[in-house]
Amino acid sequence: MTNIIEKLKKSKLTGKSGSGFPTGLKWETVKKEKVKKKYIICNASEGEPQVKKDGYILQNFPEEVINGIKIALKTLGKGTTAYIYLRKDYYQKFGPKLKKLIGKFPIKLSKKTGPYIGGEETAICNAIEEKRPEPRLKPPFPTQKGLFGCPTLINNVETFYYVSQIAKGKYKKTRFYSIEGDIENKGVFELPADWTIEKVLKETKNYPDFDFFVKSGGGAVGEILLKKDFKKPLSGAGSLIIFNRKKTNIFSLLKEWIDFFHEGNCDKCVPCREGVFRLKELIEQKKIDKKTMDDLFFVLSETSFCALGKGVFTSIHSAIKKLIK
Amino acid sequence: MKKEVQIFFNGKKISAKKGQTILEVAQENGIEIPSLCYHSDLETKASCRLCLVEIKGKKGLMASCATKIEAGMEIITDSPKIKRARKINLELLFSQHCEECFDCVWNFDCRLLELAKEYGVEKTRFQDRKKGYPCYQFGPAIFFDSSKCVDCRNCIDACEKFGTGFLELEGRGDFTRVIPSKNPKKDCIYCGQCILHCPVGAFEAVGEFEEVEKPLQEKDKIVVFQFAPAIRVSLGEEFGLAPGSVLTGQITAGIKKLGANYVFDTSVGADFTTTEEAAELIEKIQSNKGPCFSSCCPSWVKFVELYYPEFIPHLATTRSPQTILGGLIKTYWAEKENIDPQKIVVVSIMPCTAKKYEIRRPELKIEGLAPVDYVLTTRELAWLFKKHQINLENIKPEKLDNPLGSASGAGVIYGATGGVAESALRTAYAKMRGGENPKIEFKELRGQKGIKKAEIKLGSQKLKIAVVTGLVNARQMMEEVKRNPAAFCALEVMACPGGCVGGGGQPLPTDGKIREARAKSLYSIDTAEEVRMAHENPVVKKIYKEFLADKEIIHKICHTSYSPKKKEVRFE
Repeated sequence: MTNIIEKLKKSKLTGKSGSGFPTGLKWETVKKEKVKKKYIICNASEGEPQVKKDGYILQNFPEEVINGIKIALKTLGKGTTAYIYLRKDYYQKFGPKLKKLIGKFPIKLSKKTGPYIGGEETAICNAIEEKRPEPRLKPPFPTQKGLFGCPTLINNVETFYYVSQIAKGKYKKTRFYSIEGDIENKGVFELPADWTIEKVLKETKNYPDFDFFVKSGGGAVGEILLKKDFKKPLSGAGSLIIFNRKKTNIFSLLKEWIDFFHEGNCDKCVPCREGVFRLKELIEQKKIDKKTMDDLFFVLSETSFCALGKGVFTSIHSAIKKLIK
Repeated sequence: MKKEVQIFFNGKKISAKKGQTILEVAQENGIEIPSLCYHSDLETKASCRLCLVEIKGKKGLMASCATKIEAGMEIITDSPKIKRARKINLELLFSQHCEECFDCVWNFDCRLLELAKEYGVEKTRFQDRKKGYPCYQFGPAIFFDSSKCVDCRNCIDACEKFGTGFLELEGRGDFTRVIPSKNPKKDCIYCGQCILHCPVGAFEAVGEFEEVEKPLQEKDKIVVFQFAPAIRVSLGEEFGLAPGSVLTGQITAGIKKLGANYVFDTSVGADFTTTEEAAELIEKIQSNKGPCFSSCCPSWVKFVELYYPEFIPHLATTRSPQTILGGLIKTYWAEKENIDPQKIVVVSIMPCTAKKYEIRRPELKIEGLAPVDYVLTTRELAWLFKKHQINLENIKPEKLDNPLGSASGAGVIYGATGGVAESALRTAYAKMRGGENPKIEFKELRGQKGIKKAEIKLGSQKLKIAVVTGLVNARQMMEEVKRNPAAFCALEVMACPGGCVGGGGQPLPTDGKIREARAKSLYSIDTAEEVRMAHENPVVKKIYKEFLADKEIIHKICHTSYSPKKKEVRFE
């Protein structure tokens, strides 16, 4: 078990929440911290609309996830406590089963509080500490000072699943794809991570014959992709949502997303709180005021406190650029 | 000593201490980086996103308030990209701030306005989204116009740190808002730290500035002003002078120019407070009655009445300096001058917003009259001076009026944290030792720390003293006394950091360095005084002999009472 960090590094596994940080390096950083008390958080807050892969894994492979967490517990050693931070419905649905699997291990279940931003890693630390669930200043990073000021290893449900696979020598460089939208064969599929989006859609029989576009990497923060963009593997969170172009009202879609950000952000920093609101105003008026939008996109992507601002930019900007003439 | 490292600002080499942030180093070295939500009293939130800089070799813009320096770091504080980001974020800030520049505590010395000019901001690019947001009044002291708020949350943090956590964030799906707490256990204690920490003037004192002329417009009245020690070392800041400039004579002359008939010194009131409080302290020590708490900070008094009513018997019943002086003006002095006390209007200039509340306490009335009729803050006096074109820089100083205008040094240091305890100890020490070898300076009680503890040898006894600022620290002390009633024999508490020099009525900006400069000047006034013990002030001696001759009259003029309180500031 001691060489798990080496195995993780060799596997080139990256975090599956969307940010893609090398998992082995993260584990090593927390392991190296010379304090007795450490924490592990398994992020099961899955807050992006229409993304269902973590729920799917918890439903079908809970023992693998728990095994992954147990490996982390062992790796970090005595004095380490783990939390599984679950979206409210997941807490209710999977809580009893998880509790059974946990048994006497120091793994606690915690129910998500707050809006979408409550799933950000430092916001999770705040939430578990019963503080306002909003992002903290970084540095210090959670690997140095996370939950209750202690070094904390935070990984996604899917990442822990793959840790278990790697430990068992079963990892085949796959990932989970949550595929939703105007298609027949919806669902979650475990497929090679290096497949192009086109191949993923075709192999899962989800490649439509009508004019369509895809939101990839997250139901809200994801980027809009057109056919010409399908020749590359999926980046970000494992999510593809297919939209029938003829049947989709782009402005109502934009409104859905911007409302989601307006409700789901923490309102702490100026560009995200006010910038999102002003974008929302423009979208509601169906006004593509290029100068104002460019200015708002600029401060959102360049000056926001946390990564959400950039996510808003990616989401709304790519949609306007690619879908509105 | 922290390690020094070399860094570069726009190519210029600067040495700085390791562990400092870019913004701290910039401010120390006079390098301009605009910031709004940063206040050295509070934890960095990095939410206004104005203090952005670029760092060579790093991608994107960084918030300088939240970025620590590293050796060799090359920082760029100005570039087209930085300018653009600051301009847009300023426009977004303006979009939530309903301006009311003619009636603002920042008095056109406003960072937002200044930056708007510098960055060519279109203030009205976005419509004010907070139009119609509510205003709240907290008792007779504080006014909060939430349509001016830019959601930086400094007020919440300041209230949490120095006050009672009365200001809260209301979480809503669409927007969060700052609101007064609905929690029945949380109440405003009127300290006004929200005013000092709000960068955009969403908070002000009640009456600021609409009612400042009122006391001067009262018909057929004798208008008597008094001003607190902390004013004389801070008012100059409103006129461009350095913090700590001593302006006692200039302020006196200015007030006379406003049309006041007499100007007295609240420090003389403080000398009476000291004399009485020292007697209470001695009594408590000798009868082993447990600790004696100071009581001249009205915020602290309300805090005890609200949260620790069981400790009310420990609060010194001695009145605060302004109310003793007001009482003496309307009794002793009125009689001497042959003036009908009904015709006297007493106006106190205070560094404090809670004093506006204190004067309304019904227990303070003497024969139906409140000792003080109006309280104006330091800021309000500055406003009055400016309105009447009185410039402190070139006014000829005048002497305070007699007899209530000459204070001891002890009366002046009341304006700094530890000053009340030090004054009381000077007198108690002298009295308990029969006047032999008086001890004047208690340096262990001075300085800006939030909690100071000292053991003072007094004869065979060792007195444990605690001096505290900020009610969070006070809470900690109260819990300590609960566990151990003998933890200390005297406790001085001021709600505001640094004591009254950092009061909620003081000029903006106020921070640690400014408070320190103001306090330093108060101690220098004390050092220069011939009489440095309150009870030795000839005026005090004279009035005790002529007027405060028996217990009954002393009680009437110099003492008060307290009672348990329930939440006062409510909004449905």
